[in-house]
Amino acid sequence: MEPLLNISSFDDKLSFEFRGEFNLYTISSYEKQVLNVDFKFVKKVEVNLYKSKLFDTAAALFIEDLKKKMTSKGIKVDILCSNKDTLGTLKLVQNQNPHLLPIPKIEKQSFVYSVGKSAYSNYLGFISFMAFMGKLFATKMIYLKKLKNIRYKEIAFEINESAVRALGIVALTSFLIGLVVAYQSAFQLKIYGANIFIVDMLGISIFRELAPLITAIVIAGRSGSAFAAQIGAMKITQELDAMKTMGFDPYVFLVLPRIIALMIAMPILIFVSDMMGIIGGMVVSNISLHISVNMFLDRFGEVVAAKHFFVGIVKGPFFAFLIASIGIYRGMMVKDDTQSIGFNTTKSVVESIFAVIVCDAVFSIAFTNLGI
Amino acid sequence: MMNPFIEVDGVKTIFGERVVHDGLNLTINEGEIYGLLGPSGCGKTTLLREMVMLQEFSGGIIKVLGHDLNTIKHNEAQKLRQEWGVLFQAGALFSSLTLAQNIELPLKEYTNLSKKMIDEIVAFKINLVGLKSSDAILYPSQISGGMKKKAGLARALAMDPKLVFLDEPTSGLDPISARDFDDLILNLRELLGLTIIMVSHDLQSIYDTLDRVAIIDEKKIAYEGTLDNISSVKSKFIQTFFGDKFE
Repeated sequence: MEPLLNISSFDDKLSFEFRGEFNLYTISSYEKQVLNVDFKFVKKVEVNLYKSKLFDTAAALFIEDLKKKMTSKGIKVDILCSNKDTLGTLKLVQNQNPHLLPIPKIEKQSFVYSVGKSAYSNYLGFISFMAFMGKLFATKMIYLKKLKNIRYKEIAFEINESAVRALGIVALTSFLIGLVVAYQSAFQLKIYGANIFIVDMLGISIFRELAPLITAIVIAGRSGSAFAAQIGAMKITQELDAMKTMGFDPYVFLVLPRIIALMIAMPILIFVSDMMGIIGGMVVSNISLHISVNMFLDRFGEVVAAKHFFVGIVKGPFFAFLIASIGIYRGMMVKDDTQSIGFNTTKSVVESIFAVIVCDAVFSIAFTNLGI
Repeated sequence: MMNPFIEVDGVKTIFGERVVHDGLNLTINEGEIYGLLGPSGCGKTTLLREMVMLQEFSGGIIKVLGHDLNTIKHNEAQKLRQEWGVLFQAGALFSSLTLAQNIELPLKEYTNLSKKMIDEIVAFKINLVGLKSSDAILYPSQISGGMKKKAGLARALAMDPKLVFLDEPTSGLDPISARDFDDLILNLRELLGLTIIMVSHDLQSIYDTLDRVAIIDEKKIAYEGTLDNISSVKSKFIQTFFGDKFE
C-alpha cells in the first residue's frame, strides 16, 4: 500500500490518519504534507496509526517531534494506536528523548589558531626528532664501547636487504642518467666542435654530484621507506613494546644496525653508480661523438682528478645516516591507526630526499670554500 | 606468602590535560593471581604498561620486586626485565621469526646455553602452553589468534620469570579456548609458582582464576581485595559488572 496521509478536520479538531508503511523511507512524503497544514484554529490533534505498517524508530521520532511542536503551540495531541510493537517503539523513543543531548558541533577554528597550532606541532616534531637523535647518540655510546656488543649479524642482514638488493636498480638508474646527460650535452658540444670535453664534463658532474644524489634518492625511496614501514608495522603490532619488556632495546636491535649498515653500504653503492654513469656516458660518446673507449679513458685519466671521486664517496655515509635515521624516526612516530603508516612512510621519503639535498648543498659550499 | 612483589603508591598519570589516574595504591603479593579491572578507558592497561616500564607516570611510586621504577638504573632495569614475562593482547610475536625462534630469542641473547639445550627448553615451553611441537616452525601470520596468545605466553615464560603480566589474555578467544586458557594459567601457577598480574574483562575468567582484584574507577582504586566481599562496595561499575552474581 502506498504511503498515504488522510487529513480531515472537524471543528477545532484535526485528524491525521497515517496509512501504509511508516518508516525511514516514507517519512519525507508525510513530512511535506504535514508542513502544509495550517494549524491556526486547531485546538486538538489526533494521530491515527491504526492503519500504518512497519513502524520504526525514525517514525516514532517524527511523531514525537510533531507532538512537541503541537504542545508548544498549546495544541493537545492524542495518539491512536493498537499495535503493540508500534506502541513499544513510541515508548522507547519517549523514554530516551529527554536524555538526548544534541551532538556537539566541531568548532571551526580561526586562521590564526590553526597557523599557531600547526607551528607548535612542527616545533614539537622538531623537538621529538632531536630527542630521537639524542637517544640514538646515547645508545651508540653505551653499546659501541665494546666490540662484542656490535650486532654483526643484523648489520650484515641489513646490508644485504637494503643495499645489495638495491644494486641492480641503482646501477640501471645511474647508467640511464649517464646516458641522458651525455646525450644532451653531446648535441651542444658538437656545435662548437668541442667533442672531447664531454669527458671532463661527465667525469666531474657524475663523480661529484650526480652519482651520490641519484643513489641517495633511489635508496631513500627504496630502503628509507622500507625502514619506516617495517618499524611502523612493528609498533602497531606491539612488537616494539614486547622487545622493550624483554630488555631488548629497539635502538640496539633495530635502529643502529640499520643505520650502520646503510652507512657502510652507501659508498659502495655510490661507487657502482659512478661506474655505471660513466659507462652510460661512454656509450653515447662512442655512438654520437665517435670518441673511442681508449680515447675516452685516456682523456679521463688526464682531466678528472681523483679528488672528484673521493668528494662523491665521502658524501655517502652522511646521506646514508640522514636517510636511515629519518626513515626509522618516521617509523617510530607511527601511531595506533592504519593511516599513520602510509602518512609516515610518505613523509620519510619526502623528508629524507629533502635532507639529502640540503646536505649536498652544504657540502658544495664547504668543498668550494676549501678549494677541493 | 605475604611478600609484596609490586607496590603501587599514589600513582598519578596525566595525558595532556586528561587525568587518567589520580593517586592509585595497591599491593601485589608473591604467588597471587591479581586482576586489574574497571570500565573501558579507566587506565588498566596504562597501569600495566607503567609497571613494565613502557610508559612513564606523572607522580607517585611503583616498586617492582623491590626496585623503585623512578630511580632504577639502566643495568638494574635490564636485569629486572629478565625476571618478568609479558603477554600482549594480540601476542606481539616478532613477525619475521618462527614461533620457536620467538621463544628462543631471550635464551639466545641472555644465556650461554648450548643449541641443543635451547631446543629442548623451547620444545618444553611450547608443549607446556598446549601447542604442538610441529607448530614451532610456523610464522605468526600462519597461526590463529588463540595460538598466538599461547605462543606469546610461551615466550613470556621462556626465561622462567617469577612475574607474568597478561594483558586481556582471553579477549578475542572463543569461550572454549578462553576457559582452556584460564585452566592453563591456573596450572602454570601451580607448576611454576608464578605471580600473575592480569587485565581482564572476561567475567568467567575473573571468577575462575583471580585471587585478588583491584578495581579502578573514577581515577582511583574503588576496591582492592578478594572477590567474596565485593558486593558491599558502592560503585556504579561494580554494581553493573558484578550485579548478576549478587542475586
